[in-house]
Amino acid sequence: MKRKTLTELFLTFLKVGMFTFGGGYAMISVITNACVEQKKWLTHDEMMDMTVIAESTPGPIAINCATYVGYRQAGFSGAVAATAGMVVPSFVIIYLISMVLENFMEITIIASAFQGIKIAVGLLIVNAAVTMLRKMKKTPLACVLSVCSCAAMLLINIFSWKISSVSLMLIAGVISLVACTPQKEGGAA
Amino acid sequence: MIFWELFIGFLKVGAFTFGGGYAAIPIIRELVLSNGWLSEETLAHMIAVSESTPGPIMVNMATYVGSSQAGLSGALIATTAVVLPSFFIILLVMVVLKTVIKNRYVQAVLRGLKPCVIGIILATGGFMVFRNCFRTGQLNAADTIITVLLALILFGAKGILKKKISPIAFILLSACIGIIAYGF
Repeated sequence: MKRKTLTELFLTFLKVGMFTFGGGYAMISVITNACVEQKKWLTHDEMMDMTVIAESTPGPIAINCATYVGYRQAGFSGAVAATAGMVVPSFVIIYLISMVLENFMEITIIASAFQGIKIAVGLLIVNAAVTMLRKMKKTPLACVLSVCSCAAMLLINIFSWKISSVSLMLIAGVISLVACTPQKEGGAA
Repeated sequence: MIFWELFIGFLKVGAFTFGGGYAAIPIIRELVLSNGWLSEETLAHMIAVSESTPGPIMVNMATYVGSSQAGLSGALIATTAVVLPSFFIILLVMVVLKTVIKNRYVQAVLRGLKPCVIGIILATGGFMVFRNCFRTGQLNAADTIITVLLALILFGAKGILKKKISPIAFILLSACIGIIAYGF
């Protein structure tokens, strides 16, 4: 019985990992379809809870979801089976591509294509940030933090300062902790 | 020791990336550039490949960097490292700290992290676009024209036609433009 559950978890997430493009957010709808509608492992409410947890914890969102569902269904071994299923397709596909890609670069047509692609990559990153910015709740604090961190990161890049973006995040976290907490206490009182 | 550096590096990526694959790009960029693992050029190839293949973008990038530095074992180590923090943090949240996510101090920190991450992503993307146009030290005409053209297509489709272009379609389009512009 247990082995059947583990296999099912592995195969379900293998499918999600193999057929979903575009990273975490695109995957949430596919995972909902697989885990809520087809397998009935979670209810829609639980799925919402899980999404909040997956987004509030670090790491790949899809991996967070797989670990969560796997653990709920079959404990630790379930978490391992689901997470492994999620990772295997990525790993195999990327490993194969990475072995041949740099050799392909010697072919003119592929090198030219990648010159174009290189430009697209930067724009896609800007686009992702703009989309996230639009969805962000625009409290004064959030606006100040996003503008300051953007400016700081630009300076770090331009002058090649040895400051990690992780330190910017830590600073922002502390500022927000100090700024938000008393306000909430006041509201609750 | 390359294996150890890959492991620690991607453990950090997995532990400090909030908000999905794009949020990992600034951290991975720092990691590969400061260690001299990839150039800006190969970094962009790697990101393009990771976005246009299935699976979590962060896992794809870890496998790619690991494989390019130390073959199959490098890929295994980097991929494991990027997944481990997620795995154990989720287990921790589920087993002992079910209420931790809703704790108001945790929420207060998260509320600050999100806008900061968005700013970092914006700056990284913007800098990559800018660097591309100036890659020879001065403004490169062909690259700049293509940048403007692609930006118009991407943001024009979104703003005017209200249609989202998928990253894969956009990458394919840019490949075609690249082939036309730089020769074959």
